[in-house]
Amino acid sequence: MYRGDRMETVNKKLVNNFNKAIMPIITMVGPVTFWLLLFVLIPLIYVLGISFMEKGVYGGVEATFTLANYKALFDPLYLNIFLRSLIIAAATTFLCLIIGYPFAYFISKRSPMTRVILLMLVIIPFWTNSLIRTYGWIIILRTEGLLNQVLMTFHIIKEPLKIMYTNIAVMIGMVYTLFPFMVLPLYSSIEKLDKSLLEAANDLGAKPRNSFLKVTLPLTKSGIFAGSILVFIPTLGYFFIPDLLGGSKIMLIGNLIKNQFLTARNWPLGAALSMVLIVLTIVLVGIYSKTGGDMEDIGRGF
Amino acid sequence: MKKIIIKLEHVDKCFEKNHIVKDLSLEIYEGEFLTMLGPSGCGKTTTLRMLAGFEDSTNGIISVEGEDVRNKAPYERNLNTVFQNYALFPHMNIYDNVAFGLSMKKVNKAEIKERVKEMLELVQLKGFEKRKPDQLSGGQKQRVAIARALINKPKVLLLDEPLGALDLKLRKQMQMELKRLQKKLGITFIYVTHDQEEALTMSDRIAIMNGGILEQVGTPDEIYERPVSKFVADFIGESNIFSGTIRANNGDYLKIDVDEGQVVSYAKGFMEDEQVYVSVRPEKINMSMQSIEGFSIVGIVKEHVYVGSMIKSIVVLSSGEEIKINRLTGEDLIPIGKKVYIHWNVKDAVVMHSKDNEEKFIGEERGLDFIENKRTISV
Repeated sequence: MYRGDRMETVNKKLVNNFNKAIMPIITMVGPVTFWLLLFVLIPLIYVLGISFMEKGVYGGVEATFTLANYKALFDPLYLNIFLRSLIIAAATTFLCLIIGYPFAYFISKRSPMTRVILLMLVIIPFWTNSLIRTYGWIIILRTEGLLNQVLMTFHIIKEPLKIMYTNIAVMIGMVYTLFPFMVLPLYSSIEKLDKSLLEAANDLGAKPRNSFLKVTLPLTKSGIFAGSILVFIPTLGYFFIPDLLGGSKIMLIGNLIKNQFLTARNWPLGAALSMVLIVLTIVLVGIYSKTGGDMEDIGRGF
Repeated sequence: MKKIIIKLEHVDKCFEKNHIVKDLSLEIYEGEFLTMLGPSGCGKTTTLRMLAGFEDSTNGIISVEGEDVRNKAPYERNLNTVFQNYALFPHMNIYDNVAFGLSMKKVNKAEIKERVKEMLELVQLKGFEKRKPDQLSGGQKQRVAIARALINKPKVLLLDEPLGALDLKLRKQMQMELKRLQKKLGITFIYVTHDQEEALTMSDRIAIMNGGILEQVGTPDEIYERPVSKFVADFIGESNIFSGTIRANNGDYLKIDVDEGQVVSYAKGFMEDEQVYVSVRPEKINMSMQSIEGFSIVGIVKEHVYVGSMIKSIVVLSSGEEIKINRLTGEDLIPIGKKVYIHWNVKDAVVMHSKDNEEKFIGEERGLDFIENKRTISV
């Protein structure tokens, strides 16, 4: 009798513990874990697997282990594409940062109401399909496009500029599309910056320029890195922008991967290329978090 | 004659529609420890921030050493601030934090090194140079913040509730240390706090603010013994406050009808039929079984609480009001439940103009003589 009672209390305790401690965790984290498992981890493993397989004769893959796909990446043709992609990505990131920092700084100094409006203005274009927005740029940039018409009307130029199908057109498209990814983390870190630190610097004799260089800039480093990663990586992967604005002339990693899957039907090589991007991403995010980057800032961009 | 270092003349501050500081005039002397005391939202921190240059005054003149500083940026003012949350630069070590002011002034490296060392010794943080702020305790951070401000040799140090985040014991210790530093360096300290005990123990003078208005400026004992308004009497220490009307003024001996009965007090500058408050400290009140001439407040002894050196008693009046009385241990006690008469030495009570009148004054147009007299507290 006595023993049974005790068993019952132990059971009750277990059930209680389960309800109190474990249930909330399952209900909160469970769906997210399930989602990530199903739509991120499993596909990732699938891609990883394919990258070590051989290309089938009629497309598709053959389950034979090989490192050939990774070896192929060292072909000068591909190395060239990597190099060009990295340069365009770096330039895009730099431009976004140069334009985005003052912009984010400006927003963070507005009143809360104005801030919301300005941030919305950054975000709203995102609700439109980015493909359509890229087509919009074609209308602006092409030889008889809006830009050239305006410049010619005001006699600023005599001959229409040839921007379409150049690296510049690709960069304009990239900077435009990825700009919010830079602004949001920057805004997040600038806005988080304790105002009293700037007052303290000011109070201790720092002129605005110095307090920016010595206090604001080092303390928003996290946002700068987060924004840079969030711009740099997608630039490597966005294939439709080089496709549309660069024509077939400008080949970046993203286009290369797309072509391997859809045109060349070489899935294993496409998978190996994808893995390069994924590893690059992991390495960059790893460095970011190791050097004290704030994961919240990087999350702000998504 | 003491030298005036800071002068505020009819200073107003509005944030949009909120009038935070109202017609504040105050003179601060060189080398004094002045505390701005008041409940939160009374405008004391705003006043400090206007001195530092973080806020512009909406109206009025602020001058330091006779020079109008209103158009000077914080970095052009010879004042330094110790912030409530310390505001240490988290990305710099303690050495760089303390050296910041000097390196902005482009002082040479050797001298910076020498002076940082000196400062860290002064605040007893020798050997902490290489640490980051987040590796320090609250008290240590506070010391760094003080060192970082003092290294610039400011004329005036502004302290915005610097001890607010520390626990009681540490706070007491830092109070003594701040006082020691201030005496040693001879710098003017302007100290903002809402803690009346802190204000009373540390200050040479206290400026009490309420609702944006400077209620009173004076030494701690002046403030305690001679509060000029009901707010001050209530805010500083314990007080029994009666409201009433002056019935007769007999050579400054006032007969006053208060809500609970009649009392007598001595005070200058009051007219018959004027609405007043009478404030009496618990240690100045007596109770007795017999009625005393002029006093007619009657109550029942409710309790005696023995607190060591004194006994705190409470007498309940017919209105339900409780009167606090502190008596030294050893005096005869009137038993609980007995009917007693409340009285005091006529010069021990403080008679104050009723707040109703004051509010009426403030509501009127600025610039009238009587407001100047009333609000400009010249000391």
